[in-house]
Amino acid sequence: MSTVAPSGSGHGYSPASGTPTPDFDTEDPSNTRFDLVREGARRDGVEIVHYAPRFPVRGTKLEKRVERGIALMFTLSGLLAVGSAVAFIWWPQRYEQGPVASKLYTPLLGLGLGGALLLFGLAVAAWAKKLLPEEIAVQERHLGPSPRDEQQLTGAAILNMVDETGIKRRPLLKAALLLPAGGLGLAAGVPLVGALIKDPNANHILTTTGWNPQNNGGKMVQLVRDDGTPIRPEDVSVGGQITVFPGIPGGATNAYADSPTLLIHLREEDAEVLRANIAAAKKTNSEPPVVEGMWQNFVAYSKICSHAGCPASLYEQQTNRLLCPCHQSQFAITNQAKPIFGPAHRKLPMLPLQLEDGILVAGSDYLEPVGPTYWERPK
Amino acid sequence: MSATNTKRRRLDISKLPEKTAEEVDDRLQVASPLRRIFNKVFPDHWSFLLGEIALYSFIVLLITGTFMALFFDPSASEVRYNGSYTPLRGIAMSRAYETSLNLSFDVRGGLVLRQMHHWAALLFMAAIVVHMFRVFFTGAFRKPRELNWIIGVSLFWLGFTEGFAGYSLPDDALSGTGLRIASAIMLSIPVIGSWVTTSLFGGEFPGTEILPRLYILHVLLVPALLVVLITVHMGLLVKQKHTQFPGPGKTNHNVVGVRMFPGFAFKATGFFMIVFGVIALMGGLIRINPIWLFGPYKAAVVSAGSQPDWYVMFLDGSTRLMPAWDIPIGPYTIPALFWPTVVLPGLLTMLPMFYPFIEARLRRDKLHHHLLQRPRDVPSRTALGAMAISFYLVLTISGGNDVVAEKLDISLNAMTWAGRIGVLFVPPIAYYFTYRICLGLQQHDREVLVHGVETGIIRRLPDGRFIEIHQPLAPSGGNGHGALEYQGAPVPKKMNKIGAVAPAIRGFFRPVEQPGQQLPPVIVPPTTPPELEDAPH
Repeated sequence: MSTVAPSGSGHGYSPASGTPTPDFDTEDPSNTRFDLVREGARRDGVEIVHYAPRFPVRGTKLEKRVERGIALMFTLSGLLAVGSAVAFIWWPQRYEQGPVASKLYTPLLGLGLGGALLLFGLAVAAWAKKLLPEEIAVQERHLGPSPRDEQQLTGAAILNMVDETGIKRRPLLKAALLLPAGGLGLAAGVPLVGALIKDPNANHILTTTGWNPQNNGGKMVQLVRDDGTPIRPEDVSVGGQITVFPGIPGGATNAYADSPTLLIHLREEDAEVLRANIAAAKKTNSEPPVVEGMWQNFVAYSKICSHAGCPASLYEQQTNRLLCPCHQSQFAITNQAKPIFGPAHRKLPMLPLQLEDGILVAGSDYLEPVGPTYWERPK
Repeated sequence: MSATNTKRRRLDISKLPEKTAEEVDDRLQVASPLRRIFNKVFPDHWSFLLGEIALYSFIVLLITGTFMALFFDPSASEVRYNGSYTPLRGIAMSRAYETSLNLSFDVRGGLVLRQMHHWAALLFMAAIVVHMFRVFFTGAFRKPRELNWIIGVSLFWLGFTEGFAGYSLPDDALSGTGLRIASAIMLSIPVIGSWVTTSLFGGEFPGTEILPRLYILHVLLVPALLVVLITVHMGLLVKQKHTQFPGPGKTNHNVVGVRMFPGFAFKATGFFMIVFGVIALMGGLIRINPIWLFGPYKAAVVSAGSQPDWYVMFLDGSTRLMPAWDIPIGPYTIPALFWPTVVLPGLLTMLPMFYPFIEARLRRDKLHHHLLQRPRDVPSRTALGAMAISFYLVLTISGGNDVVAEKLDISLNAMTWAGRIGVLFVPPIAYYFTYRICLGLQQHDREVLVHGVETGIIRRLPDGRFIEIHQPLAPSGGNGHGALEYQGAPVPKKMNKIGAVAPAIRGFFRPVEQPGQQLPPVIVPPTTPPELEDAPH
């Protein structure tokens, strides 16, 4: 059988693939429509070298089966689409606890919409693969640059544009242009970027926290829970810990995102170890500042990891370590929260604790900036 | 008869399309360009669909994202939740988190669309990555396609930025923690870090500025860039035409495949619907990013097992593996965080972008390449790619090393050390083995070309030896060996690849075709001599 069907007109193949047939008459009534298609393709540099129906004999069982299969997919797709629209409108959607019908709302919509689209897509793909004629077309590809003469003509046109302005022989204009070129760039860039710039040193935002007494009218700031209630030493059992916030308006909100602090009531023996470590560090003074911030067996460390600022809040009571869940830096509670594993380089700052009227307060702000390291961070 | 003609011209429905087409062409002159589009030839290979998945996911992202933008308010102002999700009622949260919850619980179909958006984003990034693998390993990035490769790398990083901005918007505990780390990463940049951070956040972290700014970034700036770059990416593809694998009739000077209409367009439409459908199914059936379980972002709250989206995990991993090396320079410090989160992504952007030029320089290759290479035929490049992938995988696994440690009950510190050692030693090992495997595969191809395909038929010779009969692929040369050259195309290695096994009779319960009926031949030589003679001059 012919590789190219339907053919049958007087026009055969052109010698080279993808070149138009000379003197092809589109009005010639003996042309089949495919002759016109093939000639059109040739004018576009495409030669259809193989073109054959999937089912050379029409109406076979196999062909009908394929048709039925595709039709079934379209039908199911339509039904599912309508079903999902119905579910969208009438299925209960409101959230309730427990196993209720509204729990199925989202899955049903997904099934309806997704199933409809998927079946539609499969049907179209099956149509393309099983019913559209087999085809192999070859298109010419033209490599490399444009012809040399084309390049020269276009190049001349571009260079002529420059010549026409006369910029080369008018140095005054050239010089005069420099100023607005730079100035306009500046004028456009400054508002765009300049409006965004904020001085990190203004208001000491990187070096102070909510614990600064200035936030509290100069008085020492109380340690409070997230509901604002103050903390008495007897509220925290031995070995226990609690997240505390500065007792100022909004102190527990994200407005003071660098202030959350972990208050730990150490066991007696751990507190002794920490006291000894602080005393030893004080003597060598190797890594300032050494904060003598314990109140009895209580110690408070910043919760903001010195690595990337996550809350370093996983407290391992057995090993006396604080673990940051983001990058797994680990800090030794009984040694000024120095990092002992992971990517953190610095210890967690210690909040100096005091007792005032039976309530725990911060004696001062943190003595070093909390949170991640940065270029000009004071040491 | 004549009365009807003079009275009024009847509208002839059957002539309407032709008439319309003529009127349109009269004004726009589109007949030739339109036909050129119809006739554009696309080669066919499954791996050419990977980029399409990315494109279709992007369209789904635009549709679902536009829907969500109608209900979302990126405001940091504090509200008390009073929506229909009872467990969070009365809790103070940002307006952004509240509207995200409303989108999930009160807007009809909102959760499906939100989850579709998230799944489509993950699929978009995954398809980009796998598509890049295909382009890299087959050498499709070579001249003249370097520019499109660079655009592709840019699209990956734009998608990365877009995804990060997107999952930061709901202001839940997870996204807030991600933003906190992002602010620490910006802070770590030497000299300008603190200025960059306070400028972008409008002051101290988190402030109230960052969400609206991320929102504009997410719904306007980055998508606009994505649309422009995707358009240029596709435009260049059309202009330069698609690459193709070597095969019968395929040369560096042609494209062999099907015309865009109807064949390719049908398949592409079907495939778009399939991708769309799969995303919709996932959006409805598989829960993702259940922000209502995480709660609103609070600076003091985080939980273990908090992982970013998969395409960010390798940076999380590199950050976890980095030793605690803050470098002091006089009164200043370069934070350890700077290297794995700023320098590494910088390298990972620049190296791939320059790779086509580096490779061309090393190979002294200035030719145009439109035929793809099989990965085995370029062992050094393939091994380099395997090295890069293994590096990326070690980092990605390390990004979830706490989950691995917990599930497999191994020490977290051991996982970190395994990652630190692995990231240095696994890539060279991957390089070595990939290189050897490529050589082995090359050798086997040549062996089959010379000796033929193994038939599985064992013959016993009179002297008692057993030999396996090989089916030569071509008439033998003088020395009794096949005379075929390797052409860069797959070599058949099984008998049924060269037609030894008849096609099975189709039909599930009963046959739907006659046994022995031959299907039409699939590939036939293009032209035949007699018709050449008939050709008019």
